[in-house]
Amino acid sequence: MKQLMSGNEAIARGAYEYGVRLASAYPGTPSTEILEYIGERYPEIKAGWAPNEKVALEVAAGAAYGGSRSMASMKHVGLNVAADPFMTLSYTGINGGLVLVVCDDPEMHSSQNEQDTRNFAKFGKVPCLEPSDSQEAKDMMGAALSISEEFDTPVILRSTTRISHSMSPVEVADRTEGTREIGLKKDPMKFVMLPAMARKRHPVVEQRLKDLAAYAETFPFNEVIMGDESLGIIASGVNFQYVREVAPKASLLKLGMVWPLPEKMIRDFASRVKRLVVIEDLDPFIEEAVKLMGIKVEGKELTGLCSELTPERVEKALTGASTARSMAPIEMELPLRPPNMCPGCPHRATFTALKKNKVYVAGDIGCYTLGALPPLGLLDHCLCMGAGIGIASGLDRSLGELAKGKAVAVIGDSTFFHSGMTPLLELAYNGGCTTVIIMDNRTTAMTGAQEHPGTGRTLRKDPTITADMQKLAEAFGFRRIRTVNPYHVKDLEKTVGEELQADEPSLIIARAPCALLKTDRILPDKPLRVDADVCKGCRTCINTGCPALEFVKIEEPKEGDKRKGFTRINEALCVGCRTCFEVCKFDAIKEGS
Amino acid sequence: MSTDRTHNVLIVGVGGQGIILASDVLSEAAARHGYDVKKNEIHGMAQRGGSVSSHIRFGPVVSSPIIKLGEADVLLSFEQLETLRYWPYLSEKGKVIVNDHKILPPSVFTGKQDYPTDVIGKIKERVPDAVVVDGAKVAEKIGNLRVVNVIFLGILSKYLDIPADVYEKVLTESLKPKLVDINLKAFHEGRALAA
Repeated sequence: MKQLMSGNEAIARGAYEYGVRLASAYPGTPSTEILEYIGERYPEIKAGWAPNEKVALEVAAGAAYGGSRSMASMKHVGLNVAADPFMTLSYTGINGGLVLVVCDDPEMHSSQNEQDTRNFAKFGKVPCLEPSDSQEAKDMMGAALSISEEFDTPVILRSTTRISHSMSPVEVADRTEGTREIGLKKDPMKFVMLPAMARKRHPVVEQRLKDLAAYAETFPFNEVIMGDESLGIIASGVNFQYVREVAPKASLLKLGMVWPLPEKMIRDFASRVKRLVVIEDLDPFIEEAVKLMGIKVEGKELTGLCSELTPERVEKALTGASTARSMAPIEMELPLRPPNMCPGCPHRATFTALKKNKVYVAGDIGCYTLGALPPLGLLDHCLCMGAGIGIASGLDRSLGELAKGKAVAVIGDSTFFHSGMTPLLELAYNGGCTTVIIMDNRTTAMTGAQEHPGTGRTLRKDPTITADMQKLAEAFGFRRIRTVNPYHVKDLEKTVGEELQADEPSLIIARAPCALLKTDRILPDKPLRVDADVCKGCRTCINTGCPALEFVKIEEPKEGDKRKGFTRINEALCVGCRTCFEVCKFDAIKEGS
Repeated sequence: MSTDRTHNVLIVGVGGQGIILASDVLSEAAARHGYDVKKNEIHGMAQRGGSVSSHIRFGPVVSSPIIKLGEADVLLSFEQLETLRYWPYLSEKGKVIVNDHKILPPSVFTGKQDYPTDVIGKIKERVPDAVVVDGAKVAEKIGNLRVVNVIFLGILSKYLDIPADVYEKVLTESLKPKLVDINLKAFHEGRALAA
């Protein structure tokens, strides 16, 4: 019987069924669940979190070089980190099949940019497959591994948020093992990319791309579905599904392989329809290739370049109008509901301690990025994973006195192991007086609590080493290192103040487990309460942004009461972290009910 | 509802309200009843109090995993304000089921903005037969505040043509054994409320 699976679940299932022996990844929305499912369900696959995507791809490459079928998975921006091994892996080729699963995030539901991974396929001269539902996600895992071995190339399996996080029925099958002989194999002309060898490999890569383009003409997931000849549409991925929905009569060329493209198939299709349109998210990737073939085609002038396409946008692009027949609108200004740090979040405590010190904060990617939003509004930079330390260092050393005592970098524990160690070394090496705060919440929180090298547990929750960030910093040459409990807001405030005054780089490790973690819990899980008569309504606690607090307005004040309102604690949400208690100047916040 | 077309159900609310479970059970029930099913949800930030939506589509053959604006047959909302945020998805003949419950967004609990007034009244102006239920109250009566999602699944099930026993089977198989009875009770309580 078919099973309902998300795209990510199906990719994991595909890795299992098609004999993947090793899988590696770093968490990143919308790709995270792929390795989680492998970890939970498929013990046949050796699997583990890598500290970052570059390492994940290198680990997968090693397995493939040894003849095993392997997989690395990551979000789109993860491939930027893994770009170095990726580009030359194209030259060495593989031995056992290697699939690089990359999940794009058009619309940036949970990302800092919406780069289009298909460009990386072209850049690296490797094939790129794109499934349009969960069944195809599973089947294409198999196709990608076969292509990888047949053409001696890594293969990108590109998903998007809507494919990774949509469920549809999947037919499952048993596992079949890969057929390559496994073992250590000496082949320096192929695997050692010294210039002399690499020069011999480059022409191989170019020929491979031509062979792949010829193969694309018969690739079973490239398919022509002829309908009305007045309109022909080229689409792939979830957009193929949108097109079927809004233009069911149109002729379709569905591309399962988006690089290299089947030129003959495209020419033939174009010749059979009166009007040709490419419907694709983000860049005019297929459109430009079709134009280079000298074929008249419409695309981005209809769909636009930014944000994800939706059925409405596709319909408007094709017909110029929407057929939506919505219920009559309710006109009302709606307050937004952005994500927020949870009640009891240790990051809120750390940011609250930073606020008093009037610092300038360079951060990066994680739950702590939410510190940029009101009412905290404390994060001044978020560029990419690990960037905060380098940015703070650059600001501090270039501005000198202008930034003295102000330059702070914040970084999470998982992000520190991902790409924070090298900038920390730069800081120790080149000096200055930046203060780095590692907000160590003992997990990779933003993506849903994955283990990392600092947690003491593996993907499958087996015990392992606990990497020691303090010893690392000592080894790098840091002399000022302090570890604090962020919930002691006043102490942390003082510590930050002292370290900002130091004439050398300093490191503060603010350590408390994520408030959502059930393990290693230090939160009391007992709600605090506010004595409404004592509360002056000064909003200091409210400005920590805790969702367990509510500012209750006083509509009709009693005589002599100048307050505009007071704070109330929602007992169902409060976990007793005491951040509000620490900042209250009037002792209005009490323990116990 | 007839069975020869695609049914579109949109379930919305705030992270942590059990929306994903409710939509998983509905999708699985639809699949077991013989429908093609697609489901999509945006949940990347769900644990952090953000707005959550889950699109469930079922019928003979379903292409798009997301519902077009104006094509939701049923909008089930676990939070007053979120009902309005997703309103444009509701078809002109659509049904509305609302949990009479407010979760204050940051701009409101910090006192910068007011929560919209009389949301339920405005919904009823447009959809007079909207089903409005205080889920927490019903859940309290049943004896477990965490069954609100299944109460509403029960209400929702009355507007779809999948038999109750299919949901019961899926609930029984997908929940921890000690939670099955109370959730089945919640499901039937919901069905009774819709009648």
